[in-house]
Amino acid sequence: MIQPSLKDMGRGFSNPTLCSQAVFRQSLVALSLPGQPQALDLSLSNPNMQVPQNAHAAAAALLLALLDQDCKVWLSAGFASSDAAAWLRFHTGCTLVTDASQADFVWVADAHELPAFENFAQGNAQYPEQSATCVVQVLDFDSKPSQDAWTLSGPGVNGTKHLKLVGLSDNFVSERRNSQVHAPCGVDFFFTHKQSLIGLPRSTQVKD
Amino acid sequence: MYVAVKGGETAILNSYELLAQQRRGDPNVPELSVAQIRQQLRLSVDRVMTEGSVYDPQLAALAIKQSAGDLVEAIFLLRAYRATLPRLGYTQPLNTAGMHIARRISAAFKDLPGGQVLGPTYDYTQRLLDFSLLATGKAAPEARTAPVNNEPTPRVVDLLNHESLLEGQLPEEGDPDPFDLTRQPVRFPANRSARLQNLARADEGFLLAMAYSTQRGYSESHPFVGEIRFGTVDVCIVPEELGFEISVGDIPVTECQMINQFQGSQTQPPQFTRGYGLAFGHSERKAMAMALVDRALRADELGETVTAPAQMQEFVMSHSDSLESSGFVQHLKLPHYVDFQSELELVRKMRQSHALPKDDHASE
Amino acid sequence: MPLNELVELAPVRDPQINFAYLDERTKRMIRRAILKAVAIPGYQVPFGSREMPLPYGWGTGGIQVTASIIGPSDVLKVIDQGSDDTVNAVNIRRFFQRTTGVVVTTDTTAASIIQTRHRIPETPLQEGQVLVYQVPVPEPMQRLEPREEETRKLHALQEYGLMHVNLFEDLAHYGHISSTYDYPVLVNGRYIMSPSPIPKFDNPKMHQNPALQLFGAGREKRIYAVPPYTNVESLGFEDHPFEVQRWQAVCELCGSNESFLDEVIMDDQGKKMFVCSDSDYCGKRQVAA
Repeated sequence: MIQPSLKDMGRGFSNPTLCSQAVFRQSLVALSLPGQPQALDLSLSNPNMQVPQNAHAAAAALLLALLDQDCKVWLSAGFASSDAAAWLRFHTGCTLVTDASQADFVWVADAHELPAFENFAQGNAQYPEQSATCVVQVLDFDSKPSQDAWTLSGPGVNGTKHLKLVGLSDNFVSERRNSQVHAPCGVDFFFTHKQSLIGLPRSTQVKD
Repeated sequence: MYVAVKGGETAILNSYELLAQQRRGDPNVPELSVAQIRQQLRLSVDRVMTEGSVYDPQLAALAIKQSAGDLVEAIFLLRAYRATLPRLGYTQPLNTAGMHIARRISAAFKDLPGGQVLGPTYDYTQRLLDFSLLATGKAAPEARTAPVNNEPTPRVVDLLNHESLLEGQLPEEGDPDPFDLTRQPVRFPANRSARLQNLARADEGFLLAMAYSTQRGYSESHPFVGEIRFGTVDVCIVPEELGFEISVGDIPVTECQMINQFQGSQTQPPQFTRGYGLAFGHSERKAMAMALVDRALRADELGETVTAPAQMQEFVMSHSDSLESSGFVQHLKLPHYVDFQSELELVRKMRQSHALPKDDHASE
Repeated sequence: MPLNELVELAPVRDPQINFAYLDERTKRMIRRAILKAVAIPGYQVPFGSREMPLPYGWGTGGIQVTASIIGPSDVLKVIDQGSDDTVNAVNIRRFFQRTTGVVVTTDTTAASIIQTRHRIPETPLQEGQVLVYQVPVPEPMQRLEPREEETRKLHALQEYGLMHVNLFEDLAHYGHISSTYDYPVLVNGRYIMSPSPIPKFDNPKMHQNPALQLFGAGREKRIYAVPPYTNVESLGFEDHPFEVQRWQAVCELCGSNESFLDEVIMDDQGKKMFVCSDSDYCGKRQVAA
C-alpha cells in the first residue's frame, strides 16, 4: 500500500453531503434494477475527486459515498501499488483488513482477481444481511442480447434482461449459482466500468 | 355540499400558538427561568438527564421549561437533541470508589469505613405539606460547610471481596468495548453492557414497577442494599496527543450496589451475586430499581429458571424506553380511519350473514 | 385564509440544520441497510434507528429512510390515509421542506419520492419512483409471537405455519379472514412480510410494481424493501383465496367506483357518504370531469 503524504493525498468529494447522496441514490437504482448500467454524474463534485491509481471513478465514488468508520474493507492485489487504500482510509475512516472474510466491502481492481465466493462473508440464516458487498472493476459491459450474454430475471428485472460483463471469469455464474443454494445468504455485487455502475444483488437469477 | 377537509397547515400553526399560550400560563405571573428550574427543580433535571442520556443540566432545565413540566416530553426533547450531537470520544470508566461523597449508606452493615453519611435526603422527613413554601422571600437556608471527610470510603463491594464473598465482576475476555445501543440495534440475547445501558435510559416508572415485582414473588433474589453513594466523580479522558489521563470536569452521580441471593455449585463455593444501578445526579429510586432489574435479567447468565417478566430480557428491554412506549401509545391519536373503514366493512358483512335465516342444511 | 398567505406559511430551508436533518454517519448506516434490504426482498434488516424530532410511532422510520435517500432535486409527496392534507402528512412534509428545501407536490405522477402512511396511491407508479412506507409493526407474526428472538428463527427456517394456522382459525371461526389491513404477504417466494397497515384493498398494487418500495420502522428499528418488478402475493388458501374489499357506493365527489372510499358521517342520525381516500386521485378526476 502506498501511503502518500497529506499534501499529496488525492481529493475526495468537494461536497461530501450532496455528492454522497447523489452517488448513493444511483447505487440504489443500480441494485434495484439489476443489469441496468447507471452513468454516475460526478460533476457535482467541483473540483472533481481525484481517482486513485487503478481505480474506476464509479467504484471510487461508490465506496467514498457508502463507507465510514464502521466498515471493514478488503482490497485486491491490483491495488497494492496504488494509493487507493490510503485514499479510502483517509476520506472515510474505514478499516482495512487483510482477511477477506472479515470485510463488509471488497474492492477488486481487476475482475480476474476476484477470489472464490467462499472467501467472503455470506451472512447467516438469521442475519443474511451480514454479508460482503463486492465492488468489481470490469473491462466493459454490454446489455445487448448476444450469444455469450447472460439472461437476468427476478426482483428488479422486468421480464428478462441481457448482460455481458467483460473480464469476469467464465465460472462466475456457476460459482454464484452454487452459492445461491444458501439463499438468502449471499454476496451482493456492483460492477463498474469507468463512470458506470451495474448492480447484481444475490436475488437475481442469472442464466449463462 | 360536502367539501373535502383542508387546512391542515393552518390548523398546525394555530395549535403552535395555543400551545405557547398554555405553556406560558397567566402572563401576569413572572416567567419561570431556566436557572430557577435548574436550581429548584433539580431532581426533575436529574431525571431528565438520566433518561435523556445527556449530562447537561442547562439543557435538561430548558427541556423542562419547554415541555411545561411534562418530564417524559422533556426527556424526548433531550434525546432528540442528543441524536444530533457528534461523538467526540469516550471517557475512562468512572471511578466511583474515588467519589467525593455527599451521601453514603449501606443497609448490609451497621457501620463501615467511611461511615453512614445521611446527606441530603427525603428519607427521614415527615411527608407533611409545608405550607410555608407557598410564600416566597424566605431566607435561603444557610450553606453548611460539610465536614471534610478525609477517611477513605471504599466501596462495600470491594470490602466484601476481601473474603471473596461476592462474585467478581471481571471484564469479559479481551475486555471488549461496551455495546452501544444508540449506534446499533440490540440483538437478543443481549449482553450485560447492552442491558445496563438500556436500563440506565429506561423510564423510571416502568423500571420501578418491574423492580417492585421482583420483591413480590415475580422472581426473587433476596436483595440487600450493599451501598448507595451519591456525590461527584471526575470525568477523565486520555487524549491521544498526551497519552495520559486528564480530568475534564466532574459530575454528580448516584450509584447503587445490590447484594443478592448467593449461588454456589459443586466446584464453586457460594458467593453473593450482584445488581448494579447508576444514574446522573441524585436519583436513588432509579438507581435502586435499575440494580434490582439488572439482577433479575441475569437469570440466564446465573442459570436460574426464567419465570417472571422482570427476568425476560426482551420484555423488559423492549418496553423500557419512554420515547418508544409514549410514542406508540400516543400514536393511536393519529388518523386510522382507513383501517377502521376496512374493519367496519368486514363487521357489517359478518353481521349481515349472521342475521340471515339459516339454511336447512347449514352445518354448525 | 387567502392563498398567498398560505404559501408564505411554507417553511424555508433552515441552513443551521444538516441537509435532511440526519448526520452523515447516520445516513451512511441507513443507506447500507437499505442496499442490503433491496438485495433480500421482504427481509427485515435491523438498523440503528435514531431519535427524531417526531415521536417513535409517528413515522420516524419512514422519515429516516426518506432522509437518507432524498436529494435537492427530488420532488416529495407525503400522504397519510391517502391524503396530502391530514395533519400528520402536513407535519412531515414541513419537516422535509425545512431540512432540505426540496420541491413538494400533491401530484402523485410528479413526485420522485412518496412517503406514505397506511395507503398506496390509486394512480399507478412508474419506474424511477420510490414509495416509502411508514411501518408501526414490521414483524408480521408479532401478534402471535412477541419475542423477536423466536420470530427471527422462524423467518430463517421459512417456518410460517403459525401464520397459516392463524388465518385458518379465522376462517373456521368467522367464515372470513379477519385481517382487513396489514394483511401479510409473501415476497419473492421467500419472506412473509408486513405490508404496513395498508388496507388489503391495496395489497395487489405491491405485486410487480415498477417503483421501488422501501419500508421504515423507526421504533422497532427495521428497514425492508420490495424491489421493482417483484412478486408479492397475499396469503390465502385455495378454497378461500385472497379477495379485496368492494363498496356498494361510489365516490360522492368524483364518481369513482374503483378507489378506496372513506366513510364520512354527515349528521347525528348516522347519515353517511363516501369519498375517495386518495385526495390527489379524486381531485384530478373532479377536474377532468
